[in-house]
Amino acid sequence: MVHTLKGALTLGAALLLSTAAFAQDKRVVTWNADYDPIPLAAAEALIADFEAANPEIDVVLTNFDHEAYKNAIRNFLTADAPDLANWYAANRMRPFVEAGLFADISDVWANNGLTESLASSVLSSTIDGKQYAIPYTYYQWGVYYSRDAYKAAGVDLPAEGGVTWDQFLANCEKFKAAGIDCVTTGSSALWPVAGIFDYISMRTNGYQFHSDLAAGKVSWTSPEVAAVFDNYAKLQPFVTENHAAIDWQDAAALLVQGKAANYVMGNFAVGVFKEGGMTNDNLGFMVFPEITPGIARAEEAPTDTIHLTSGAKNPEDAKTFLAYMASAEAQTKWNGAVGQLPTNKNASVDAADPFLTAGFNALSTATGGIAQFWDRDADAEYAKAGMEGFQQFLVQPDQRQAILDRLEQTRLRIYPQ
Amino acid sequence: MAQASQPVGRRWTQRTLAPWLFLAPGMFMFTVYVLWPIVQSVTLSFYDWNGLYNRDGQFTGTFVGMGNYAELMTDPAFETSLWNNLKWLVLYMLALPIGLFIAIFLNQTVTGIRVYKSLFFFPFVISQVVVGLIFAWFYAPNFGLFYLLTESVFGKGTAILADPDLVTYGIIAAGLWPQIAYVMILYLTGLNNVAPDQVEAARLDGAKGWRMLWYVILPQLRPATFIAVIVTVIGALRSFDLVSIMTNGGPFGSSRVLSYYMFEMALGEYGFRMGYGAAIAVVLFAIMMIFISGFIWKMWRDEKER
Repeated sequence: MVHTLKGALTLGAALLLSTAAFAQDKRVVTWNADYDPIPLAAAEALIADFEAANPEIDVVLTNFDHEAYKNAIRNFLTADAPDLANWYAANRMRPFVEAGLFADISDVWANNGLTESLASSVLSSTIDGKQYAIPYTYYQWGVYYSRDAYKAAGVDLPAEGGVTWDQFLANCEKFKAAGIDCVTTGSSALWPVAGIFDYISMRTNGYQFHSDLAAGKVSWTSPEVAAVFDNYAKLQPFVTENHAAIDWQDAAALLVQGKAANYVMGNFAVGVFKEGGMTNDNLGFMVFPEITPGIARAEEAPTDTIHLTSGAKNPEDAKTFLAYMASAEAQTKWNGAVGQLPTNKNASVDAADPFLTAGFNALSTATGGIAQFWDRDADAEYAKAGMEGFQQFLVQPDQRQAILDRLEQTRLRIYPQ
Repeated sequence: MAQASQPVGRRWTQRTLAPWLFLAPGMFMFTVYVLWPIVQSVTLSFYDWNGLYNRDGQFTGTFVGMGNYAELMTDPAFETSLWNNLKWLVLYMLALPIGLFIAIFLNQTVTGIRVYKSLFFFPFVISQVVVGLIFAWFYAPNFGLFYLLTESVFGKGTAILADPDLVTYGIIAAGLWPQIAYVMILYLTGLNNVAPDQVEAARLDGAKGWRMLWYVILPQLRPATFIAVIVTVIGALRSFDLVSIMTNGGPFGSSRVLSYYMFEMALGEYGFRMGYGAAIAVVLFAIMMIFISGFIWKMWRDEKER
């Protein structure tokens, strides 16, 4: 059973409908989500399967508008908690865990052997040794490129495993000579630049360093950070000018039109590229180039999660549903429909989709670790300060010292030593 | 003493009661929707709170005293916002002379003048959001009209909204467009009330041009000027929609103003620092209070002189 409703005013309507469900003598599990139409249809299909296998349980999904959800969740968790709620892993769920609004579901993990099957997401689902989330999907980040732009500039197409950093920069010189932006981005919403920075940081110093940096444990004046910014500075001249005034979709248009060659983005952008007219023939994907040789390759893959709320009225059945969402079968189905990657390692991906296959391979061979993305790994306030610094550096590289000093001050204020 | 001869204990008569009864609804609304939120904001500004209540509905904030204000003092983003607010305040005042000029220009009887007047008034009628979008496209890199113009003149396009030094001026220019229309309409109504006999008398005395404007017309426009200054100052200080629509405060926070920074800190995606946001709101309120007190004082004085 699915209700598509917008905004917080719908709680009343949801209540009415759930009382109607009670009349059918079924145990109700309520679930608040923020799905776009395609994921919603996929979730609907999962619920139907689950209800067929568990006829005594009725899962009632209330769907919110994506943006409205971010505010609505803060109200409904306290005022009228559903049994289950969508949110994000890692630091993004921390405020709700610390306020005691998300419930500990370590037992669901233990009873279903999830530490084994969801191995790559254990860290991002855990706070203080307890699990608070069921990760059911993620998507890879990497470099999407236009084969047409490579041809136009006379640059050799990247090999299967990507290119080296030096090769990448050398290619950029050629693209610049051909009047094509080597790397494009649209940073008016800030977060796209964090993808570029994260990768340079992880490729320069490795996953652990980057994770510590996001957690505020590393000084911005350290030589390691200086090395990251040295590499960042090498890329800076090749990034689309005026990126600060455009959205990421506008930059996607540049790639589609062949005015840009590479785009560091998440896999969700493939839909936008294809809407713009690109096909599997001229759109390519490669992992971000290796910078420091020998460092175990880490990747970015932001994870979406479902949580049991502390105010849940039917936690037992809700946990049954969570275990189902963690299963390989459910994740294969949902992610197949949506075009994302399952977190369960026993699940399978559509072999016909080259980007999903490439992403699945990239993530399953990422021995360095899986990062969640800067704004989920770092504390919200720290994340914002960081992203402003990353954006400013791309616009005003001469302000490097001022940016690093300011970030260091912010770090010392948020994480007093 | 005079009072001693009056009966002790005041009696509610129709005449003493009526004013209070008429005032009551207004006072009630003012207390609930203005005074009470002010008290709440000030209280909240002494707390560090992420906007969450725990499961039992208890407030989860911690009292930090003047901590938020101390942090504001050293916050570079707050400093940027303050400076930008000052730029807004100063440059928004351009709406007065330009609005006056257009009003004088349109204050003539030509066929179809009503059409011209309404065309000039048009930007004030459309929503600020639309104004923001129009100007964002106007400035847009690669395809915006302004970008293409600068490209054809200087050989290299200027993307105003991507340039940290120009972005605030770009947004103020967008804000001035409807504001000039507003000021213009205020002056147009003011010009209707200019006494023709005084203009006639001045003309007989040989006044014309600038001297006529400065010594005869402008003094008679004082009430219109007063209102125009008030709406322009308030418009400049509460500028939020244009910043939010056109840049989200970017690039890297260069176009923030206090009201937008407050929103970002309290309700933005990376914010939810309710106490800090409230502290910014209190500072903005204090700045506005300076102007508001000035206006109230002036109105009070004018009333007394009457």
